[in-house]
Amino acid sequence: MDYIYLDHAATTPLHQSVQSEMKEMISKAFGNPSSIHHFGRETRKVLDRARENVATSINAKFNEIIFTSGGTEANNLAIFGAVEANKDKGNHVITSEIEHHAVLHPFEELERKGYEVTYLPVDTSGTISMADFQKELRDDTIFVSVMTVNNETGIRQPVEKIADQLKDHQAIFHTDAVQAYGVESIDVNELPVDLLTVSSHKIYGPKGIGFLYKNHSIHVKQQLFGGEQERKWRSGTENVLAIVGFDQAIRSLKEELNSRKKHYEKLSNEFIKQLQASDVICSINGETSLRSPHIVNVSFEQTDVEQLLMNLDLEGIAVSSGSACTAGSINPSHVLTAMYGEEDARLRNSVRFSFGKDNNLDDIKRVVNTLEKITSRLRRLA
Amino acid sequence: MIYLDNSATTKPYKEVLDSYQTVAMDFFGNPSSVHGLGGEAELILKKAKSQIKTMLNTEHDIIFTSGGTESNNLAIKGIAHELRDRGNHIITTTVEHPSVLEVCRHLEQNGFSVTYLPVNENGKITVDQVNAAIQKDTILVSVMHVNNEIGAIQPIEEIADLLISHPRIRFHTDHVQGLGKINLPYNHGGIDAITISGHKIHGLKGTGCLLKKKNLVLQTLSHGGSQEFGYRAGTENVAGAVSLAKAIRYAVEEQKNYQHLAKLKDLLIEELLTYGRIHINSDEDCADHIINFSITGVKPEVMIHAFEEKDVILSTKSACSSKNEDASYVLLACGRDDDVASSAIRLSMDVNQDRQDIVEFNKVLKDVMEQYKDVMG
Repeated sequence: MDYIYLDHAATTPLHQSVQSEMKEMISKAFGNPSSIHHFGRETRKVLDRARENVATSINAKFNEIIFTSGGTEANNLAIFGAVEANKDKGNHVITSEIEHHAVLHPFEELERKGYEVTYLPVDTSGTISMADFQKELRDDTIFVSVMTVNNETGIRQPVEKIADQLKDHQAIFHTDAVQAYGVESIDVNELPVDLLTVSSHKIYGPKGIGFLYKNHSIHVKQQLFGGEQERKWRSGTENVLAIVGFDQAIRSLKEELNSRKKHYEKLSNEFIKQLQASDVICSINGETSLRSPHIVNVSFEQTDVEQLLMNLDLEGIAVSSGSACTAGSINPSHVLTAMYGEEDARLRNSVRFSFGKDNNLDDIKRVVNTLEKITSRLRRLA
Repeated sequence: MIYLDNSATTKPYKEVLDSYQTVAMDFFGNPSSVHGLGGEAELILKKAKSQIKTMLNTEHDIIFTSGGTESNNLAIKGIAHELRDRGNHIITTTVEHPSVLEVCRHLEQNGFSVTYLPVNENGKITVDQVNAAIQKDTILVSVMHVNNEIGAIQPIEEIADLLISHPRIRFHTDHVQGLGKINLPYNHGGIDAITISGHKIHGLKGTGCLLKKKNLVLQTLSHGGSQEFGYRAGTENVAGAVSLAKAIRYAVEEQKNYQHLAKLKDLLIEELLTYGRIHINSDEDCADHIINFSITGVKPEVMIHAFEEKDVILSTKSACSSKNEDASYVLLACGRDDDVASSAIRLSMDVNQDRQDIVEFNKVLKDVMEQYKDVMG
């Protein structure tokens, strides 16, 4: 049976070009970039070139890119690093209720450390409101973190407006752009954030690598201590091979961004259209006009998410109920809870479909047909 | 090209790369996903863990990290913060790797007190020093297994024997330079946490793990998903983990070849001793794969490049600090004067190093010494 993979927001396969680039580079660049001899210098060159490309991809400067072991580490570095560096300026920080756990949990830790944390709510559209943000922003706010695109619903957040609001404010602005980076072109001059997180394995690159963009004018406190790598923002021998793969994934993304985006739009629109035309009783979670093209979160009435996932998996369709990092437990999604409240049935019957470049219209058809079969059976059992 | 900088990094084995590639391509799922592809990835990750446990013959939990630096940070910060209510005193040595020393300095700025045990002229501490440094509020001892600059081997087992009668004190050791070379009693009840790095044993950069006793509780460095028993948030680098298991397997299997390095070391030392200007910094008790010596009177960078022109790759001190030109803090701690400490060269061998490489090195050394005879005056 052919597996249909519709869980690209959890992770993506390696891009063909990434595979070949990594294969090619491994024998050329095994040195330690800190070594002063030939092998070190050659590897340093490879690393520098990758860093240059990565920086260019968001219109940043070479020394504004800090490579990390992934999105989680980049988010942690941004949050703890910036808050610690600015703790003399205030005690108040702002985030949203729908952030990824790699942002939410650091904020909970900040609360335990005595910071005052505001979690911005969302309405059923799945987005925070600027009115709320303006109301909560205070003179002593030192840090704001709001994700660009939510990983469960695909709903885009008003990050430009927040950046605009913070232009003349002391607060550092961080955005977790892990889901956005693969579907939109980000320019840190047009979206003037101070800190921005990107992960490799969501854009067809290898796992274990990511970066934090850090505007040169701001300071963050180092979190991982040791050698002088990454200008001392992040110690540890650079993971050069993964960085090479990440860089190649970014280059392929740049080439294919428009076609990928159109492809995702076609697939997700077709998916929604076919669902609506079918016997499946469902509704889309979140305001569709704010939806990023690669994610559709769907509620299936009178069904149960665990049974849905299990049945879809048996039929060879890989999807998830929310972020993979919480999916193991299948606790109700904190994102849907924020949108609908704790009692809503949609918390227990929603599934995230996230599309990738290798999906096609036949996949959509098979998925909708399978959903018709499964949901009608589950509804009969309900 | 004769590569004698294996303590900085090693060339990954083909088999290690192959396993990385296979997993990265064929098992790309996110181990936390509940569907089949996630399940496969999770299974593979678990298998890598159980393989490492079998190979090292240990019951400890394996926490995969991004490498030695992260493992050291996780162990030291994690234990210190977890036990903060019990005490704030930490014991380490003056010759640890920067990823231990810098963490300790950071902890000092945050209210912890740290005793840096001095070493003798051979870079070693004694178990008595550790014993004497223990206070009522000591919570952690961190001592490296094999020093990365001079190869000094610390008495880890003796310290572990001592600390087993101090159940309130945790013991961490940085095993990065020891794995595959010098035995460590992985299951010793007195050792709570052990740092391992992949790229020093022909594995990949960005891979490593922390071995930790099952009952050891740590505070996490990063907060997020509940991967790695909740001790290390972030999507697992599954392919990296599998490649690490492979690299560890080779390191363990090839340790039997290590003993031949003693003869190569003798060959080297014999030659080095013939030059009055060369000062040998690694004594005979040091590990056989790391030989540190100083050629006084010339900047070590100049010598490194002179050797490199003759296709021999050496390094100054540790790669992690080789960008600043200061003297080696390790050699200063061993009581060397500034001249010796700022002209140190490290030669670090692979377990399978060919005898011919060392014969060739000795020849090149002769040429280089001849070439710089006048400069040294």
